[in-house]
Amino acid sequence: MYADMVTARRYEERLQEEYMAGKQPAFDISAGPIPGELHLAAGHEASGAGVCRHLRDDDTVTAPHRPHHVAIAKGVDLKRMTAEIFGRESGLGKGKGGHMHLFDPDVNFACSGIIAQGCPPAAGAGLAAKKRNTDSVAVAFLGEGAIEQGGFLESLNFAAVHELPVVFVIEDNDWAISMPKGRVTDVSNGAQRADGFDMPGVRVDHDDAIDVYEAAEEAIGRARDRNGPTLVEVQVHRRMGHFMGDAQGYRPEEDQEAAQARDSIERLAADMRAAGVEDATIEELRDDAHERVEEAIEWAKDQPEPDPAAAHEDVFVNPPSGVTDTEPEFELAGGDD
Amino acid sequence: MAQTQESVVERELTMSRAMVEAIAHEMREDEEVFYMGEDVADYGGIFDSTAGLREEFGYDRIMDVPISETAYLGAAVGAAQAGMRPIAELMFVDFFGVAMDQVYNQMAKNTYMSGGNVSVPMVLTTAVGGYYNDAAQHSQTLYGTFAHLPGMKVVVPSTAYDAKGLMHNAVRDDDPVVYMFHKRLMGIGWMPAPDGPKTPVPETDYTIPFGSADVKREGADVTIVTLGLHVHRALEAAESLAEDGVDCEVVDLRTLVPLDDETILESVGKTGRLVVVDEDYRSFGVTGEIVARVAESSLADLEAVERVAAADVPIPYARPLENEMLPSTDDIEAAVQDTQS
Repeated sequence: MYADMVTARRYEERLQEEYMAGKQPAFDISAGPIPGELHLAAGHEASGAGVCRHLRDDDTVTAPHRPHHVAIAKGVDLKRMTAEIFGRESGLGKGKGGHMHLFDPDVNFACSGIIAQGCPPAAGAGLAAKKRNTDSVAVAFLGEGAIEQGGFLESLNFAAVHELPVVFVIEDNDWAISMPKGRVTDVSNGAQRADGFDMPGVRVDHDDAIDVYEAAEEAIGRARDRNGPTLVEVQVHRRMGHFMGDAQGYRPEEDQEAAQARDSIERLAADMRAAGVEDATIEELRDDAHERVEEAIEWAKDQPEPDPAAAHEDVFVNPPSGVTDTEPEFELAGGDD
Repeated sequence: MAQTQESVVERELTMSRAMVEAIAHEMREDEEVFYMGEDVADYGGIFDSTAGLREEFGYDRIMDVPISETAYLGAAVGAAQAGMRPIAELMFVDFFGVAMDQVYNQMAKNTYMSGGNVSVPMVLTTAVGGYYNDAAQHSQTLYGTFAHLPGMKVVVPSTAYDAKGLMHNAVRDDDPVVYMFHKRLMGIGWMPAPDGPKTPVPETDYTIPFGSADVKREGADVTIVTLGLHVHRALEAAESLAEDGVDCEVVDLRTLVPLDDETILESVGKTGRLVVVDEDYRSFGVTGEIVARVAESSLADLEAVERVAAADVPIPYARPLENEMLPSTDDIEAAVQDTQS
């Protein structure tokens, strides 16, 4: 978990540097080496690491627009993911998806940039597991800003009524872009949404990786044992803006400072030290993670940009005509009209 | 050829029976195929799209679902990405508004956004069409809407024979296919169909390729390009016009994505006159697209062009009002006559 978390944190810090490099002095979202918007997840690490620690490659994860920490914890190919974020030909989606649309079928990871809309496909992956009678599970990650969405609520009901092996994980970072949670819902504990669907709902009130790990162990175990879905909410924090370039003028300084002061990675390191892990071991894990991130970024930047003509490819996997290009030959009574 | 059958096919089926026969065949062949929708199990589909299937395949494979289109259409996307082959039914195409994100942002785009690394082998079946006074929220075809958004193959059968062959191809295809069946063509007891859609249907399975328009009537004077219910209206108009000495060719598109430009251009090359007939709205739709493609490729061939389509208003309820705004056989005849002047 520590390695995943420190990798994810370093990844976001380095992407921030790379992203902003070409966008100075005046911020221009269309300039620089990384195209498009960039939603970084610094402060969310405990949730991705604590949950995905229980998952296998055949388990499905859908993540939202802020997906990097979850992808890293799920074991998505870091080099190809980074190449995708830089819009390169050897990226996971050949440069067609970008950072909100990362797909790695080898580890059954997908994400969607539309709020809450990763929930129904996760339920579908759970449905497939149930129909095939396997013990694989599906996990949908979403933000607390998604819990008013129909896609989320419909998926809770669908998963509950069909007893699907699905876990919904709300990452509550208190802010839906500029909207604090208290202004969009009267429920301070998002896990209470589970009550209406007769589903267990648990909230991990602070982003302690070990607490997340334990809550996820129970929820994922329940799914794997075919005892139905669970809703888990994890309090995380947003150390950066909603997107890179977001000046956060709406956010009180004390809230930003509080987010900086809370650090799940340092807390886990302290727990590890208390459990007898040597400082040198922790440093080594951190250094290895930093090196891995650096390698991925350097590799990605060396990859070629896609050939413009490739924009026309990959709309379909089969030919447009489907599985045949030949008309059947029958003699129909009275002609086929 | 494997699909060739020596004897003449006599057995006639309604379009719904032909569609169901293809689904049943695919379900017997492949356990990963299943059907999800509202009222598809015990009811058998409001428009007979799954009649009798629950009895053979049971509730696990013919799944009734909550009235929760985002959840179950999205679940079909997720199951398809996991390698299963779901068929999910949107009861009326008009209901797409409550679930369109799963259709056009997830189902249709995930293959492309993954650089072709993810496939979404699902069929979205949906009932379309008016002419039974169900008003603005239950009468649309929305052909153009689905064909406009990239990433979906769009199928619109007009006969039982086509419905079966296109369904076999749809289920076997690894890409998402939207299969739009016209209520009025299904042969439902309480919504009488015209004669045309009930056709001989081979008992064996067969696949009709997408992007292969069918010339339903050959003619020398005017090309009528259409789809769905209006194939039969156009054929009726053509019979009537033949009495006046106007020989119409009727091209049934069968699929909008991909679109068979070649058959259209060939026909217009022969006739020089084009009438495009569509039950969908007139503006920014199928009629404009066909005319544009012909103009881009064969402007010199075109002596006359007419469009017959639904007026750009919500579909009204009262019979005289609905009749006024949806295209009729008389409207097609008048449009063809206009190309003769």
